Formats: sequence, structure tokens, C-alpha cells
Amino acid sequence: MIYDIIVVGGGHAGCEASHISAFMGNKTLLITSNINNIADMPCNPSIGGSAKGIIVREIDALGGLMGIVADKSHFQIKMLNNSKGPAVRSLRAQADKKVYPKIMKEYLENTKNLTIIENMVENLIVEDNKVVGVILSNNEKIYSKSVILTTGTYLNANILIGSENTPSGPHGEKRSNELSNNLKKLGFNIKRLKTGTPPRIKANSIDFSKLKEEKGDDTYWTFSFDTKPLYNINKQQKCYLVYTNNKTHEIIRNNLKLSAMYGGYATGVGPRYCPSIEDKIVRFSDKERHQLFLEPESIYYDEWYLQGFSTSMPRDIQEQMVHSLEGLEKAEITKYAYAIEYDAIDSIQIKANLESKILENLFTAGQINGTSGYEEAAGQGLIAGINASLKINNKDPLILKRSDAYIGVLIDDLVTKGITDPYRMLTSRAEFRLLLRHDNADLRLTELGYEVGSVSEKKFNIYKKRVDNILKLKQLLNDNKLEINNDIIDYFQNNNISIPKNNIKFITLLKRPEISLDFISNFINLNSFTSDVKEEVTIEVKYEGYIKKEYIEKEKMLKLEKKKIPVDIDYNKIKNIASEARQKLSLVRPENIAQASRISGVNPVDISLILIYLKKEYAKNDK
Amino acid sequence: MEDTICAISTSLSIGAISIIRVSGPKAIFYVDSIFSGDLKNAKTHTITYGHIKYKNEVIDEVLVMLMRSPKTYTTEDIIEINCHGGINTTKKVFEILLEIGCRLAEPGEFTKRAYLNGRINLLEAESVNDLIIAKNDAARNMAINNVDGILTKKIRNIREKISKILTNIEVNIDYPEYTDELQVTSNLMYDYLSDITTELNKLVEGAKNGRIIKDGVSVAIIGKPNVGKSSILNHLLDEEKAIVTDIPGTTRDIVEGSITLNGVAINFIDTAGIRKTEDIVEKIGVDKSQKTADNSDLILLVLNNNEELSNEEKELLNKYNSDRLIIFINKNDLINKLVVPEEFKSKIIYGNTIDVDGLDILKKTISEKLNLESIVSKDMSYLSNIRQIDLVNKANSSIENANNALANGMPIDIIEIDLKSAWEYLGKIIGDSYQDELIDEIFRNFCLGK
Repeated sequence: MIYDIIVVGGGHAGCEASHISAFMGNKTLLITSNINNIADMPCNPSIGGSAKGIIVREIDALGGLMGIVADKSHFQIKMLNNSKGPAVRSLRAQADKKVYPKIMKEYLENTKNLTIIENMVENLIVEDNKVVGVILSNNEKIYSKSVILTTGTYLNANILIGSENTPSGPHGEKRSNELSNNLKKLGFNIKRLKTGTPPRIKANSIDFSKLKEEKGDDTYWTFSFDTKPLYNINKQQKCYLVYTNNKTHEIIRNNLKLSAMYGGYATGVGPRYCPSIEDKIVRFSDKERHQLFLEPESIYYDEWYLQGFSTSMPRDIQEQMVHSLEGLEKAEITKYAYAIEYDAIDSIQIKANLESKILENLFTAGQINGTSGYEEAAGQGLIAGINASLKINNKDPLILKRSDAYIGVLIDDLVTKGITDPYRMLTSRAEFRLLLRHDNADLRLTELGYEVGSVSEKKFNIYKKRVDNILKLKQLLNDNKLEINNDIIDYFQNNNISIPKNNIKFITLLKRPEISLDFISNFINLNSFTSDVKEEVTIEVKYEGYIKKEYIEKEKMLKLEKKKIPVDIDYNKIKNIASEARQKLSLVRPENIAQASRISGVNPVDISLILIYLKKEYAKNDK
Repeated sequence: MEDTICAISTSLSIGAISIIRVSGPKAIFYVDSIFSGDLKNAKTHTITYGHIKYKNEVIDEVLVMLMRSPKTYTTEDIIEINCHGGINTTKKVFEILLEIGCRLAEPGEFTKRAYLNGRINLLEAESVNDLIIAKNDAARNMAINNVDGILTKKIRNIREKISKILTNIEVNIDYPEYTDELQVTSNLMYDYLSDITTELNKLVEGAKNGRIIKDGVSVAIIGKPNVGKSSILNHLLDEEKAIVTDIPGTTRDIVEGSITLNGVAINFIDTAGIRKTEDIVEKIGVDKSQKTADNSDLILLVLNNNEELSNEEKELLNKYNSDRLIIFINKNDLINKLVVPEEFKSKIIYGNTIDVDGLDILKKTISEKLNLESIVSKDMSYLSNIRQIDLVNKANSSIENANNALANGMPIDIIEIDLKSAWEYLGKIIGDSYQDELIDEIFRNFCLGK
């Protein structure tokens, strides 16, 4: 049996990759070490978050599953940063750790062209620098046109608790012993990374009365552009706020040497954005307290996740630490916190379509590429799946630009800058974030997805209708004026809003900060427009000037992207570029000047020297 | 950039030692080929005594300073030849270098190489350029201060302030659940912005002074013919032993001379006597004088104590009646026939060039009017060229935009856009900003995460 595409690993990247590959008509095989562990959430019980929520929207806009599944499985949802502006709004949901994987598995099982088997992949079959299949732990060979590795933290994984070091995947799952060594033999640079997870607490051992509640929003939200809300806002679960105190800090300080990190038992590089609690105490010693969050993992079992308290301390110290927290004095730890070390490949050895530079037809996505987070993994999985499909069908790849999507920013960062610690998406990584909004993910991406075949006809029609309505509403506001008369003057005065001097187009009126479409709907019938259409138009009108500015910047970048760098360029021939730049450029081999300028260690001087060189060399050849 | 460049890097004046600078991969090879000593094996940063010889002829007795790459100004091999034989021999040595393969350096090319080779940042490069054309001590100090990075430091400080706010906002956005962290609210933002505006205004204010220090100020001397303008000028210049530059032309052209007051160049412009005339040639001269007076920083009107005020002089008084005007009543050694209206009394200085009276007071007045003492006694890290000033102004107007947006109730992520551009503009002045700077800041300064 020969498959078109084999996906190795059933985590968030693997789910999206295998689903989209099958959806695009490829005979697809998903190999996972444990079928019951598909779409597992070994860390936070949540989907979304700042910037991450926008990635989920983008996945949905391109035909992925994460948004739909999250909509069906969460028990609390919030729009983050609602008051901080349109560019940074992002959804975060508390997803049920039992329900999310179950629904995802159902989706995959019902996907045409997709077969799922339980096994462990330990090697690749390579012919002429092309991957043509995988070798399982029982030495069985399965052939395919393309392979996507989405192995998560399972490569050579070790679990660290204090001085204990156990070869194992997350929560006791089997790890892959040989695959990363075999990749190394094939020429991949292997990095050692580390991440961690906090302890889980038994619900009825927590004294909630001492803790501050955190509730969901009282507005309905969905990740997916196509689904209606399926939950009841009044039945959302609560989370709780916990604080560390002096006693906690003292326990940690006194036992620092016992932690895997500070005792010298760990070798991997941990993420900067999510330091362990002992890291926080050491690095920010003047802080009196640190915020922690108690989040329910599922409504089907009674474990709570203590966000902010990841640690690699021995179990007895963890007990002391947890018991020092107010509200958790009698807490029962159901799972101890641990750090996990795992192998990842060097993302500089990946191309922008997520294909390996070393082996043709091999794609990678998720933690194996050095990222962290379910959403980052799923986004890459989706793109890897789409591009593997495009590749074997001899079509141009889908490469999202930094101005198209957070997923574009993510992949470009990976392949141009490489990573030193596990990569988490942040809004600050995006230079065009006013363009990359929660509300317009479909406007940015759905057509692109439709063109490459990742978006269904049905979804595309929903999108087209929305675009249509947005245009209609804008037209309506532009074609109609508010006629000033005494009634209008009274109405404005009663609402304490300054009265326009003359008759004014509604679209102009909407630009005023205190005016909403709800207010305008008192004067013109907007009933036929849904709230998402109104929101879209409001943002586009109110922030028009700023959005235009970003478009100008975007154009500048696109211009530099058009300046292609020949694939055969020899950086050793360019005089005077800094040696660090020369090294990095030779390694990354950027496809264009814009990408080159983003490589760390490549300075504007180097860029001008490259430009001069290209001008000189390639103008010469033109003659 | 494989070629080797050379230039005479000192001004060509008689009697002085002239230095020829050579930079590039073949610098040592070229100079060694015409030098009696051994440069190929000489250690870096050493001086070798010897002769420049070419085609069996000894041209000059010289000291050759050798600096090997990379620890040199351009990071390339550099040779500096100290010629002792005056203009003509220096020129000869220079011509020989060009003959054997060196290329004449373009203006500023050494600095350009230093910048391109990553030896100095853009601001320093611009400062070096200013140093080269520095007209006087104060300007030189200013240039040196910039090279040393005082200005760079100042701009970096303002940028740091901005990046602190930016990272705080980013943290609020990327970690909204961490309510323990300081939340940047509109009110806080107002304070932050006004603080930054103050700092930037100081830089812009400094920029004005920077221009004064670099280019000096102009004082137009106006008055009837024969009222004594030239002799006053000559006395001022004579005393200061300043270089008088004669611009060739007719007697009606403007003669310029400079003195240094409190370290600032004062450029005097002696106008052809301003008076009504029908003569066409003279009329051109008079129009030019008027224009000169209009454009100068100060106007020195010279009147004759011994004559009555003419109608033309009355017109001049009224025309130039402003803070820029200084009235010097010359010839106070002669009998007073002049009556000046009361309103001008505060602007008057009496004196004459026979006893050399009043000239010190004149200089003091000029210095006071221009506030020269305070300019120069301040630390001299002023922005000094158009590009720099332009960027600071742009940064300033970005902050203004942010302020307006704030007043219009725009949310914090929109305000941040302008704040970020201000930060980027300032980064362009010092020429070094890298993309992940802010992200690094976030992780350095905040404590967040699972």
C-alpha cells in the first residue's frame, strides 16, 4: 500500500496536517503512538490567548479544524484586550481536556481518505535525498510520496522531576528513541529544548472561598467563522486567581539546588516567555508576589491546572510550595509538575513551505520545529499539510507573508531567524498587526485557501456572502446622510454627543470616536446586517488612516520581497560583509532581500553590500 | 571596495606638516614601493622614518605611520605619510601615489568605509564629517562629543524611555491576565508622552544651537558709505587675528570676515552702503545688501555721531527695528550732531575706531543677544545636520500624533503605532536598531508565563 502523504504524530499539528491533506484529496495515513492520545492537551486546558486566538481564526479561515473543535468543547470563553484596540483583540477559551480530543478524533475518523494507525516511527526511507516513506519500530516499511513529521515533544524525551530523569513522553507516554538520531545522521542539526508543566490539584481539596473568581465574557463568541455559539453564557465555568507569597518564595529559595534546572540536571533550553516558578523567583527577586491561575481541566474529572507554577522541584518540595499558597493549604496534588526535555530540528534547515532543505518531500510542523503551544503547532500543521499536498501535485506552495497572517510571521521567523528557545507567538512579533486582526482573518485568507483547495465550496460561499454584506453596508453608509433637524438635535443633546454642523454622511459620522453603528441605526435601518459585518465596517472606517499607513509599510516590504536573491549566490564573494552575517546568510539562504534583512546579525550595511553586489554581478551577466 | 584610496588629509597651507592618508588592501604595498624603509615587516601602529623615493629621485623626508587592519579607522590597512616639505612636495608625493595605482578618495570616503565596514555607526559617521569641516573650537568640541557618543547616549536614553512604555504595553497585550503588572492607561500615557515631548524638544532646541555652533552666526553691517563700517570691521577682525576671506569682485560686493566669540564663529558681512541710487550697477549692490541684512542673524547699523540723521537712515532704523538690531554710533570722539529717536536708545553703543572705543561692548552685546555663553557652556552634544534634525522632528510629530489619538479616545494599540514610529525614527539617527529588540526587552523586564 502506498500513501500520498504520511503524517507522523497525532498532536495538534498532526491533526490539522492529516485532515487537510486528506481533504485536499490525498490518500493520507496518520501514525500515532496512541490513538487515545490524539489531540491531547498535555499542558494548559485552553485554546487561544493573545495572538494565539488570532492564529486559531486563521486556521479556521484556511479550512482547519482547531476553531470548530474548540467552539464545541470549551466551558469558558473571553475576548482578550477588548478595550486595548482592534488589532490586539483575541479569543481565549478554557477547552475541556476530555471533550476537545474526543471531538477532534471524531472529525479525523470521519474524514475521507484518512487512515489512522497506532505505531511508532523510528526512521525514514530515503532515496536520492528524497523521503519516500517511514520505518516503524517493528521494522515495517510504509511508502508514501511525502512525509510530515509532527512529533511534538516525543523525540528522545526525558521527564525531569528534581534529580529524577525518566526517558518518557508527556505524562508517561512512549517516546521515540531513534528518530532524532536517525535525523541527525541524515544531516539535521538537532537542538535540545525544554518546557514544563505545573502541578494539577484535586478540586475538592481547594478552598475556593479564599480565591478571586475569573469569569467568562457575557457576550457570545466563536472561533470559527462558520459556527453559531453552542454554549450558554450563563453556564460557563469559573477560573480562580492565586498568589504566591513570601513563604512560597522562601521554600523555593531554600531548595533551589534540588530543582532539575538549578541542580544542573537539565540540558535543554527553556522558553523565555514561560519560565518556571523558580526562575521567576530568582530573576525577579524583588517581586513580592506572582500571579497564578487555577483552571479546571475538564467538567468530567476533578483536576485543576495551576497556571504559572511550572517547576522541576522534587515532589516533596512541590507539596510544600503548593501548601504555602492561600486557598491551597490542604490541596491534594494529583499530578506533579515536571520539566520535559526533547529534541527539535534547527528551523533554519526548513524552507518557507515547511519542507526540509535537506530531504525533499519531508515536511515538519510544530514542536519539532522549535515552537511551543497548541495553536502554533496547529497553524504549521495546516500549512505543512497544504504544502505537502501542493508539492506532490506539482503546484506552487502556499507561502503566507508576514502581512497576510500570524502564521506567516511564525513560519518566516522560524525559517529566517531560527530559534534559541521554544517560540511562542506574541502580537509584538507582527509588524503589521493592525492588518492581522481577529475580525478579518477570513478576509485575509479564505480566498487564498480556496484557491489552493483547502477551503470547501460551502465555506467559500459563506465568506463571499460576508464580503458582499461588508461592501453593501459601507456603500449604504457612504450614500446616505444624516439630515440635521430639531429631532436629531434633541437626540444628540440627550445622548450628550456634539451635534454635527451640517448634514453629514453616515460613514463620516462613524469616524467620530463616540459614534457607534448602534447609535447610527437610530437614523438608518441596519437590521439586515449581522453584528460581525457591523464590527468589520466599524473597524475599517474608524481606523482607516492607521490601516492605510500599515498598507504603505506593507507595500515597502513587498517591494523588498520582490528583490529575489539568486539561489546560487556565493556569499563568500561579497566583500566586506560582516563574518557573522556571511555565516548566517550562507546558512539561511534567504529567498529575497526582505527575508535577508530580517536575519539576526545581518545589518543594513550588509544588505546594501548585497544589493550593490547583486547590481554589479547580475547586471554584468545581463549584458 | 577592493581598491586603495588616498587623499591629502590636512589642509594645504604653507609651512605646516601635511598628511597623506592611504587606506585599502594595497596601502602598505603601494607606500612601501616608494619608501626607503621597510613597511612590509613593520609592526602595526608604529612610525617609521625615511624618504619617499621615486625613479631614483628623493622627493621628501617623511615619517610614515602604519596601522594594520582591522584596528584602524576604516578597518582596512592604513598608512599616513607625514610630509615635511611644504605644499609642492606633498602634492608630488600624492601624485606619485595616484600614478602607481591608488585612487583619489572621494570626499568623506574614509568615513564611508569606516561606516560600511561596521567600524562606526551612522551618527558617528556624520559627526566625523562635521569634525572634518569644523570651523572653530566649539564646532570641533561638538563633533568630538558626538563621536564619543554623548548624543548617541542622549538619544538612546529617550529611546529607552519609549521602549519601556512600549514593552509595558506589549506585556499588557500579550499577557492580559497578569493584572499585577502595571497597566498602561490613557492617563499614564498622557504623562509619558509629555515627558518624551520635553526630552525631544530639548534635542530640537539643541539642534538650533548646534547649527549656530557649526555654521556660526551672521552679522550684517549696514549704514551710509563712509560712516566707518569697514574700519569697524577691520578693527574687530584685526584684534581677533581672524582669517579674512576676500571674495573677489567689485567694491560693491560683500566682504566677509569672521571672529570667534565664546567659541562661536561670528561672520560679519560688510554691505555696500545702503542708500537710494539710480545707478544700475550700484543698485544691484544695494539690493544685495538689503537681502543680506534681511537674512542675517543680527544687524549692526552704523551711524555717524558727527552728522545729522538722514532720511535714509531713519528708514533703516524703522525697517530693522527689532531685537536683531544693534546701533553703533561711530565717531563719538567728534562733536555730537546726531539725534536718534528715544525708542532706539536701548540699542545704542557709542564708540570710535581712532581710540578703539566701544568695540568690546559691541562684542559683548553681540554675544548677549545671541546667548552665546549659555550655548557653548552647555554640554555640546547637539544634533548638527539636516538629516538628524529631520528625524528628531519626525519623532516629535509622531509623539504629537499619539497625543492627538489619545485625545480622540483611540485605544492603546493604535496609540502604540505612533509611539513605535517615534522609537524607530530615533533608532535611525543612531543607526542601530534590530527587530527583536522589543521582544528581548519584554523578557528581560517582565515576569510572566505558565
